[in-house]
Amino acid sequence: MFSTYFRALRATSKFGSLARYESTLVIAEHNNESLLPITSNALTAAKKIGGDVIVLVAGSKCQAVAQSACKAQGVSKVLLADSDAFKGFTAESLTPLIITLCNEHKFTHVLAGASAFGKALLPRVAAKLDVSPVSDVIDIKTSDTFIRTIYAGNAIQTVKSKDNVKVASVRGTSFAAAPLEGGDAKCENVATDGYTANQVQYIKQELSKSDRPELTSAKVVISGGRGMKSGENFQLLYTLADKLNAAVGASRAAVDAGYVPNDLQVGQTGKIVAPDLYVAVGISGAIQHLAGMKDSKTIVAINKDPEAPIFQVADYGLVADLFKVVPELTEKL
Amino acid sequence: MARVLVGVKRVIDYAVKIRVKPDKTGVVMDGIKHSMNPFDEIAIEEAVRLKEKKIAQEVIAVSCGPTQSQDTIRTALAMGADRGIHIEVSGSDYQTLQPIHVSKLLAKLAKEEKVDLVILGKQAIDDDNNQTAQMTAGVLDWPSGTFCSKIEHNNGELTVTREIDGGLEVIKMKTPAVLSADLRLNEPRYATLPNIMKAKKKPIRKLTPKDLGIDITSRIEILSVVDPPVRQAGAILPDVDTLIAKLKEGGHV
Repeated sequence: MFSTYFRALRATSKFGSLARYESTLVIAEHNNESLLPITSNALTAAKKIGGDVIVLVAGSKCQAVAQSACKAQGVSKVLLADSDAFKGFTAESLTPLIITLCNEHKFTHVLAGASAFGKALLPRVAAKLDVSPVSDVIDIKTSDTFIRTIYAGNAIQTVKSKDNVKVASVRGTSFAAAPLEGGDAKCENVATDGYTANQVQYIKQELSKSDRPELTSAKVVISGGRGMKSGENFQLLYTLADKLNAAVGASRAAVDAGYVPNDLQVGQTGKIVAPDLYVAVGISGAIQHLAGMKDSKTIVAINKDPEAPIFQVADYGLVADLFKVVPELTEKL
Repeated sequence: MARVLVGVKRVIDYAVKIRVKPDKTGVVMDGIKHSMNPFDEIAIEEAVRLKEKKIAQEVIAVSCGPTQSQDTIRTALAMGADRGIHIEVSGSDYQTLQPIHVSKLLAKLAKEEKVDLVILGKQAIDDDNNQTAQMTAGVLDWPSGTFCSKIEHNNGELTVTREIDGGLEVIKMKTPAVLSADLRLNEPRYATLPNIMKAKKKPIRKLTPKDLGIDITSRIEILSVVDPPVRQAGAILPDVDTLIAKLKEGGHV
């Protein structure tokens, strides 16, 4: 009885303010086999906007992905665009598809995770819609007001979009993951003719293989910096990481020195992480690195320089030689 | 390939610790050291290398912003760009200038100057948007290679290695195209004193958005800019045992 009353009240107030009912298109990020975790975070952001949440699964032979998206809580509908045209998930092939869907369904919002995929795609979509996108939002205040960081996380900006379609990428670590169960959305196939992008030819991917948890969604992250002195020494961190079921990250200095591959970089221009526990080993704590990890719940710093800026953000600090302390820590855990 | 257009932005120097204005309208800019956005240095360097390899014939550096943006263009010229274009946007217009505007300005210039390649930095370190290259490609309907760590050019075809989340990706495209430079694309050169002197003689054409017929009405209103929450001061621990005890206390191990 109460629910009927509230629904009626809500309908009246919507009508009263002449607000357009929100409907959000979430562009799923996946690998043709399963949804990537950041999609679950984007779904939570979409729910915060209110209204319908429609998920687009575009790829090649990605039926299973669409099925799992149907089970995600709070999803109203799943659109499946299955075609070889979307091989490599290029922005050039996906953008015209998304524009067609926007024209057809009159979405008020288009969201995706602020990953390499989302960052490459959404601004192109926004340009085609002639709207100004909002990048890497950390919170949604109302359906047109978003919060994001600027200057490497050193200032927080609240922006109000005046465009009729809001295109925004979502910082995964700022929104909880929506459960991928309990939902029962319908899956609808959409036409996929004419989207083959002749402009770009996808050749290949070279992905770093690892048995450890994925960096951006790991509960514990152990990162090494210039203080590690060599790539071989990162083994110390891998051993510790295995004990803690942690992902391994790195500062730009460690990546530039060739100790570890680029995709491990944490920071303003690398990945943004916010694990429960972040252990910074031999990392001084430059502004650009802090931008990528300072929302971690607990930060531990191990550095022999007591003046290192990392100690200003660390909950627990050890001023010591990492080559002594890290093996000791591994052994005692 | 005839011409390469490179966008360069004047931003607060990356090493400066910024301060938020007490009235919450933005960050303090006056009297603060500015320099070229680090990603744009990489973009210029790549364009100049293309010229040195005789793949490009001319490199044009363009910047949108107040008068001081000309210093940034001069830096690009000293690094080896041939000529500059300054699109003057100042005052309140500059505060609300967004990638949507810049991409339209760049797209218009790309057409006017008949360029084959636009190279931009992947993001500006002030607004951290990471939008302009993608949007410029969208406006022009050109292919884009974002977050490039390697650019190879053979017979009018570009092979681009991109930095993606799990590693690297290789794509191919034909020019005209828009590329955005990631950190590891190259090591930008320093401008030498003789080159800085020579750069003073290189031409900078001045334009306004109006000259190019681009509307720069703001699409996004900045409601406030505030400091991020400050973390509670932590403690320096004496040894590994204490650290383990603390981690156990916090339920981390």
